[in-house]
Amino acid sequence: MNRAPRILAPLAIVLALLAAWESYALYSGVDRLILPAPHEVAQSLWNDRSLLWEDFTVTAGEVLLGVLVADIAGFACAIVLHRWLTLRISFYPLLIASQTIPIVMIAPLLVVWLGFGIAPKLVIIGLVSFFPIVVTTLDALARVDPELPKLLRTLDASRWRTLRHVELPAALPGLFSGAKIAVVVAVIGAVFAEWAGSSSGLGHLFQQAIPNLDTARAYAAVVILSAFAITLFGLLTLAERLIVPWAHEPPDGRNR
Amino acid sequence: MDGVAVDGVERSFRGRGRRGGDVVALHGMSLRAAPGEIVAVVGASGCGKSTLLELICGLQAPDAGSVHADPAVLMPQRDLLLPWASALDNAALALRVRGVPPGKARIEAVPWFERFGLGGFEHARPAELSGGMRQRVAFVRTLLAGKPVLALDEPFAALDALTRQEMQGWLARALAEEPRTVVLVTHDVEEAVVLADRVVVMSPRPGRAVAELPVELPRPRHRTDAAVVALRERALEALGAPA
Repeated sequence: MNRAPRILAPLAIVLALLAAWESYALYSGVDRLILPAPHEVAQSLWNDRSLLWEDFTVTAGEVLLGVLVADIAGFACAIVLHRWLTLRISFYPLLIASQTIPIVMIAPLLVVWLGFGIAPKLVIIGLVSFFPIVVTTLDALARVDPELPKLLRTLDASRWRTLRHVELPAALPGLFSGAKIAVVVAVIGAVFAEWAGSSSGLGHLFQQAIPNLDTARAYAAVVILSAFAITLFGLLTLAERLIVPWAHEPPDGRNR
Repeated sequence: MDGVAVDGVERSFRGRGRRGGDVVALHGMSLRAAPGEIVAVVGASGCGKSTLLELICGLQAPDAGSVHADPAVLMPQRDLLLPWASALDNAALALRVRGVPPGKARIEAVPWFERFGLGGFEHARPAELSGGMRQRVAFVRTLLAGKPVLALDEPFAALDALTRQEMQGWLARALAEEPRTVVLVTHDVEEAVVLADRVVVMSPRPGRAVAELPVELPRPRHRTDAAVVALRERALEALGAPA
């Protein structure tokens, strides 16, 4: 696709959706306290900008730190699980189970244990981000040609050097795929974590705005979160192209 | 140096056959390669040729019989170049994994690129190279391992016919310049006769040597030479192919 349609096409779709939403909110008779019209959301975005910005910086900080921690821990965990089959067999079911824990259930518990600070938020963001990162990194490692370790053994490579020269670089594209999923789910995780116990952040803002019937402000927060997730996703895609350009090439020169 | 000596080797794999039965890959397989000799092993697919090479490289141990070989390096069928590394770094990998620092490894690898027709491609990434060029890089990597024995597992099987012929000529010249003990596994009888000092024909699974043809022909050989054609026919006959 050319450059112009790449920007114009999603913009047109968003505008069409907004138009449909606006006319639905205005003319269907739906309670505007349940579904505000886009122009009200836009008004709130502008009027409450300093409040929203303040809460956004809190949430954004939690998401960035949480995903960073999950990236490092998930990558390391994937390498370890890849190298030791017994560990992989033992821990994979647990890893999958960790993903099914409803955050709303454990969030209050984490608040009791870790307080109202950033720690319980990082745990929740880490918990939801960890899984996609481990799975995609493990998949990338599994795609390493099984002949390659044999070749390296005949080159007298130690396990450490095999890891350093072959497995770590091979795992990087998986880390990027995982991180792209993780940033999006991390945003949801952060909101739930703040909802459960916090005095700032967009999740806290939801908790205040919805009982006060300030729905437009809550929707404004959603707009900000979406924009944030799209931005992070885009930045990661860009970084992926710069750091692991080989990941999206045909695997060998057979087609050339 | 004693080259390669494989004597009466048995090797089977438990539960890998149909209905979970054992697969006997090699049964009474013997093979010798004198230092500096090029031995080609031909046989149908699945006759245990790759197992034989892995035994020579010490990647597997025989169930019975003995394998004595000078240190050997494997060159697999696929080039297995690392897509993120330049051609030069891919060749230098053989040095890097032994702990040679990057700068020194590259300096050591550069002259080989000139010698083996890869000059100017040092910084190309594998995706930018043709299949033939990729195999050249893989071969330089194999040589840089510094092992006296090269175990070549159908190195040109993935290439198109024209490139394969070109690469066979290239490998013949490369080995004339850099003599090594070579065990070349192939299903291409012509390739075996053009390149080897001796051709060993293997039976279908369980694999063992059923015929041995010395190739006492001057080099360079061409696939159209009458003597090459005659030997090829003899090898095909030993393989059991209809004449």
